[in-house]
Amino acid sequence: MIKLLSGNEALAWGAYHAGVRVGAAYPGTPSTEILETLSSFDDIYTEWSTNEKVAMEVALGAAYSGVRSLVSMKQVGLNVASDPFMAASITGINAGMVVISADDPGIHSSQNEQDNRHYAKLAKVAMLEPSDSQEAYEFVACAFDLSEQFDTPVLVRTTTRISHAKSPVKLNRRRPKPVTGLGFKHEAGKYVMLPVHARIRHPLIEERLVKLKSYAETSPLNQVFWGERRLGIITSGVAYQYAREVFPRASFLKLGMSYPIPKNLIHDFSSQVDKLIVIEELDPFLEENIQAMGIEVAGKEFIPRAGELNPSIIEAASQCAGLLEKTSPQPKLEITSELPKRPPLLCPGCPHTGLFFILSSLGQRSKLPGAKDKTLREPKLVITGDIGCYTLGALPPHSAMDTTACMGASIGQALGIEKAGVRDKVVAVIGDSTFLHAGITGLVNAVYNQGQITLIILDNGTTAMTGHQDHPGTGISARGKKTKAVELESLVRGIGVSDVKVVDAFNLKALRTSLRSALESSELSVIIVRGDCPIHVRKRSEPRVINTDKCNQCGICLLLGCPAIQNDNGHLLVNPMLCTGQSCTICQQLCPQQAIGPQSKIMDRVLK
Amino acid sequence: MKKLDLLMTGVGGQGIILASNILGEAALAVGYDVKKTDTLGMAQRGGSVISHVRIARKVYSPLIKEGEADILLAFEKLEAARWSYFLKPGGIAIVNNLSQPPLSVNLGNERYPSDEEITKILKQGTDRIYFVNGSSCATKLGDIRTLNMFMLGCVSLFMPLKVSIWKDSTAQHLPPNIQKINTIAFKLGRKEIRSVHLRKGSPTPSRTVVD
Repeated sequence: MIKLLSGNEALAWGAYHAGVRVGAAYPGTPSTEILETLSSFDDIYTEWSTNEKVAMEVALGAAYSGVRSLVSMKQVGLNVASDPFMAASITGINAGMVVISADDPGIHSSQNEQDNRHYAKLAKVAMLEPSDSQEAYEFVACAFDLSEQFDTPVLVRTTTRISHAKSPVKLNRRRPKPVTGLGFKHEAGKYVMLPVHARIRHPLIEERLVKLKSYAETSPLNQVFWGERRLGIITSGVAYQYAREVFPRASFLKLGMSYPIPKNLIHDFSSQVDKLIVIEELDPFLEENIQAMGIEVAGKEFIPRAGELNPSIIEAASQCAGLLEKTSPQPKLEITSELPKRPPLLCPGCPHTGLFFILSSLGQRSKLPGAKDKTLREPKLVITGDIGCYTLGALPPHSAMDTTACMGASIGQALGIEKAGVRDKVVAVIGDSTFLHAGITGLVNAVYNQGQITLIILDNGTTAMTGHQDHPGTGISARGKKTKAVELESLVRGIGVSDVKVVDAFNLKALRTSLRSALESSELSVIIVRGDCPIHVRKRSEPRVINTDKCNQCGICLLLGCPAIQNDNGHLLVNPMLCTGQSCTICQQLCPQQAIGPQSKIMDRVLK
Repeated sequence: MKKLDLLMTGVGGQGIILASNILGEAALAVGYDVKKTDTLGMAQRGGSVISHVRIARKVYSPLIKEGEADILLAFEKLEAARWSYFLKPGGIAIVNNLSQPPLSVNLGNERYPSDEEITKILKQGTDRIYFVNGSSCATKLGDIRTLNMFMLGCVSLFMPLKVSIWKDSTAQHLPPNIQKINTIAFKLGRKEIRSVHLRKGSPTPSRTVVD
């Protein structure tokens, strides 16, 4: 059977056909669909874990118990999970354990573009890099075998253009029957990392690495494609595909296993070509490893280190480096820089819109579009932000977020800013899923250390940005079954916060009042702003309409940043295709002229 | 057909990714190698969306090289202009007659380009520009979400795939209750290109794209 699958779908199919029994993950672009696909299969346990560290520990526990397990995450997720990842390396496993890291060169939806190949070197584990969906399917099976053969977790590293690119896959394997008679292996020397045990384990890890190196020399994962011998290219992952296209006649050494690298194979390849280059995305990972072998090689002196590669970039860089003849440059189109940008926005009907409007106005971050004096006043408040759709609150028209670092950072940062003696009141803004992921410990810390910050938890009942995955607060499992729900207000009170309010996200007045009173209070306060994500619940009703007789074009509704409110040559209107209607009504509440209402009422009034 | 590189562009929420999946699977069904990739990220939230679809006997890169797309299928005019530099000289641009101004335009900070400016930008690379009334056709049909099938109908005339192949691929992606209306949208797209644009003396389109 041939199917057009994304790399993520192929990874899940590959793992399923390799007999994986336990899968755990926290959603994160571009990795999310791996666990989503895995959860659609029968005869397997999958979960959305609270965060990547927990997911890694769940997978490790399963692997200790003789069951093949998989854990997947985005690049920064492996930072969170790095502690148990290092532990998995030193203890080894009992059944195959595969860790998938999906990196995001180009920063399509991340806070950085770190190159996670370094983690393989740090943890001294094998790393495989598929270059299309077919390889994703096959390499995962191979990763499980290697994991068991060498008693190590195996890192499978993808990037956005592997995870989120579709290509044909031959699904030619069958899921094996579960092995019976397994159980947890009681082996304290291997699984209890007391110093006395860890000291014995470390030399074994070094030995394992030597064995992996020797395996890499003859592994079918590494392939040589001979072309002309003038130029030899060493590459891996999606960079291989780009390079093949730009240099159709060159010779290639494609490393499917990119750590540890095969020294003899590389020596052999380099000795048979006139010039050797490395084409890789982000850091000079292969290049530096090859240079350390004393081989002359070029790469990052002309291939960019930052940003996602593509064939056009590699071609232009290679032309500059004299590796390719310059093609007659196409007449450069005089375009696009002047066109208006189209950054992502909070959706129509978004439960974050009202809160950010209030934060923006209390924080003096915006002005009416028609205002004569466009200069903004000195901003009030310091607003620390976090990771989610609501990070868009940092953009105009709200401009109501001053920091965003990593999952859960808003709370610790807020406390630090307060303790630094900053006079402004400090507000931390975090989503429900992010709070459960990495915010709880920050809040415990703020309570313990007597912070006076205001924490706003935006509870939209889902992990929205990654495509609406459930989390411990929703009470629905990864497989769509009902389970226990963590109630945020009880959790927060349990931590020791006494000033806890729950506010309707679509009630502007209540938002303003509760935020004001929290800002005036000298104790730590938590406001849970609750409202469903409209994309998730798909609730729509009669769209709002602007009564043009009443509207004086003051433009304050535009400051909501709602994509449904549009400006047609000075006339404001609500796009009925986009407005979610009764579930929101924020613009209706805001309009000083009371010119906005449901279609039926407004039209009635106009007719009268 | 040696190769076909198709760039689909528009605004998050217009059904572009579903359309490119249907297109990719239709090509796979007749034995071509296919690669397709989208910029997803935060695009659900009204951002600019791009989908690269590459069809050939053997495809390496999932990304199309700048200046080498055979067809630009744009669901919105500003996005057509923005990504037009991907089109090869003399390539085909099919552009839905829709202006969806971004927030900066609504706030009065930037200006939406005029139709003349958009046409001028597109004409720098090609004369084969087809403006189509996809949004109004889909609205008249009663469901704006059929726009993506209308646009596929338009592009289908430039691809050597039988209508039955398109139908099978669509059936795999859409629930039965909305297949009828989407089939009509697909046909309307074909009709629009045929009646409005090909009368101007162009030869039958399906062979003209790729030589």
